[in-house]
Amino acid sequence: MGRRVLVTGAARTTGRRLVAALAEDPEVERVVAVDDLEPEQPFPAKVEHLAVDLRSPAMVRTVQSAGIDTCVHLGVTAEPRAAGGRVSMKERNVLGTMQLLAAAYHAPDLRRLVLKSTTAVYGSGAGDPAVWTESMTAETPRHGFGKDSIEVEDYVRSFDRRRPDVAVTVLRLANQVGPTVDNPLTRYFELPVCPTVLGFDPRLQFLHEEDTADVLLRATTGPVVPGTFNVAGDGVVLLSQAIRIAGKPPLPIPEPLAGRVAELVGRTVDFSPEQVRFLQYGRVADTSAAADQLGFLPKWSSLQAFEDFASRLHRLITEDQVLRLEHEALNFLRRAVGRTTQ
Amino acid sequence: MTPQPRCQARTRKGERCRNPAGPDGLCAVHRRRAADAAEPHPPAPGPPEGERSPARETAASVVHSPGPDPGPDPFGPLLDWAEEALEFLGRRLLGEYEVDEFGHDPDLVEHVLAPLLRPLYRRWWRVETRGLEHVPSSGPALVVGNHAGTLPFDALMVAVALLDEHPAHRPLRILAADLAFNLPVVAPLARKAGTTLACAEDATRLLQAGELVGVWPEGYKGLGKPYRERYQLQRFGRGGFVEVALRTGAPIVPVAVVGSEEIYPMVANLRRVARLLGFPYFPVTPTFPALGPLGAIPLPSKWVIEFCPPIETADLGPEAVLDPMVLFDVTDQVRDTIQQTVHQNLMRRRGVFG
Repeated sequence: MGRRVLVTGAARTTGRRLVAALAEDPEVERVVAVDDLEPEQPFPAKVEHLAVDLRSPAMVRTVQSAGIDTCVHLGVTAEPRAAGGRVSMKERNVLGTMQLLAAAYHAPDLRRLVLKSTTAVYGSGAGDPAVWTESMTAETPRHGFGKDSIEVEDYVRSFDRRRPDVAVTVLRLANQVGPTVDNPLTRYFELPVCPTVLGFDPRLQFLHEEDTADVLLRATTGPVVPGTFNVAGDGVVLLSQAIRIAGKPPLPIPEPLAGRVAELVGRTVDFSPEQVRFLQYGRVADTSAAADQLGFLPKWSSLQAFEDFASRLHRLITEDQVLRLEHEALNFLRRAVGRTTQ
Repeated sequence: MTPQPRCQARTRKGERCRNPAGPDGLCAVHRRRAADAAEPHPPAPGPPEGERSPARETAASVVHSPGPDPGPDPFGPLLDWAEEALEFLGRRLLGEYEVDEFGHDPDLVEHVLAPLLRPLYRRWWRVETRGLEHVPSSGPALVVGNHAGTLPFDALMVAVALLDEHPAHRPLRILAADLAFNLPVVAPLARKAGTTLACAEDATRLLQAGELVGVWPEGYKGLGKPYRERYQLQRFGRGGFVEVALRTGAPIVPVAVVGSEEIYPMVANLRRVARLLGFPYFPVTPTFPALGPLGAIPLPSKWVIEFCPPIETADLGPEAVLDPMVLFDVTDQVRDTIQQTVHQNLMRRRGVFG
């Protein structure tokens, strides 16, 4: 008998990719895609689309009746406006998860639960260790996505205790980038100028969308590896460096005004307030557990992933311009010196 | 964490490049230099494989082609310097550099930070460094020093000594208080210089990666002590640094700095102002704040930095961490070594500015 997989948050970029990959897998007999949004491209024919909110009763019935053996929870969102405001976002993220887990608790065939979480659970602060490992706990993020994700992880851990027969894999993903990714951070780099916090240059990690898809697929259909794992591309990229690779001019904002500016910018990029702290202090997570236990090595380093994403951007400062200037300045010096020596 | 492969190339000073390497074993900086060097002198038409931009090649070939007369050119060094500076600026503008997971940026240290500190080390404080043979040329070690002088110039000078004068030109990874990572401008510079937060997690991680780590356990108590208490070592924290050394088996190299106490002789501490600004102390020196920004120029005292014989921790074994007596003993041993060396070097010094 083939695998029967339910995917929540299936209509967004990451979900669509995973659902498509699952539909192609001959081992997988049934794919149920749950999302109240319509996907931009229709799901493959094999996929059953359940266009309901996680909190609806239809959802509960499906989880219990369809003989689902694997549940992949991608339905935690970082975008308050798209979710209809911060209050609604929290409802969807936290209460949606609670409902899903409540249904899953009574699903007799369930053997595997995969949660897409985020490294945002570590927060961002000046007093943070330089590199987070999974066992470290942060000074808890007090707002938004990070806080939601912590609460979601807590409920999932409590589910793990109550259903020891279900293997729970929590993947804490770094910020995703890639040619087709559309999230608050990618929209930030698409702004004509990139506002930064004056005098700060955080270290960032990126995960390429292909690696996101790979790690989720591996956790869903690969060997069962319970546990919590950080997932990010190798190495780090500084914000200043990322902005230069994106070819944008930075716009440094003094810290006291940063919140105000973030509010304005937030209207276009759907920012939540804790993102400002992220752009001030950054965050780096240790990915060795994912490599050793999960056997997952990302194909793209943080820098490569970002460069791949940035290649779609309209660069205001191009490599050719810089090189031409470099060249001209040197030739000018050469001429000036040549004249004085002869 | 699987150690990220490092670049195989050597920097211009002959050190090992610390940038992370790509699949070809070179970092982004050296890959381009290698491509530049491999290229024949006359303008080459096609870009070699693996090169990002043909424009970079054209610029490089123009730069490297010898002028009409290859005779002795008094402006040669100047042009070389300009070339390197412009290449550096170009790299920075395009974001073509790599930092490690702590944010250490060897390219920036080599081209900006070290050149800024070097004149202070050589001319202003005329630092005399002894005992460099006690610092291992490779592998982890924990350098522990005395802290004084209001601003942590002593840590920076020890770092310059190790980078410039140690045969292996080792970068020192300084552990700093969280204030350093909270201050605008200072925070990113600290990270880029290779500094990280003074916490057990970061120190352990660096030592496990085989780095040379520097710690000043007196912290603010040493840095912000009044001038009349100069060269009296304060309490060495709670011995956390010994715990980290025991856990990782890294040797402890005590370092005694003489001269840093006199750079900003602190006669008073404005506690209220400090509290208002969120600083641990607010110093009053004979010149600061009376002379304003001019008063912030440190006095040109004569410095002596002496590295002492290492204290091995590997033979004590990691279980020794559980024994508080061992921690206290090693802490005292390190502190006494530094205090004695400081006194010896003070006796030997002819005068504060000698």
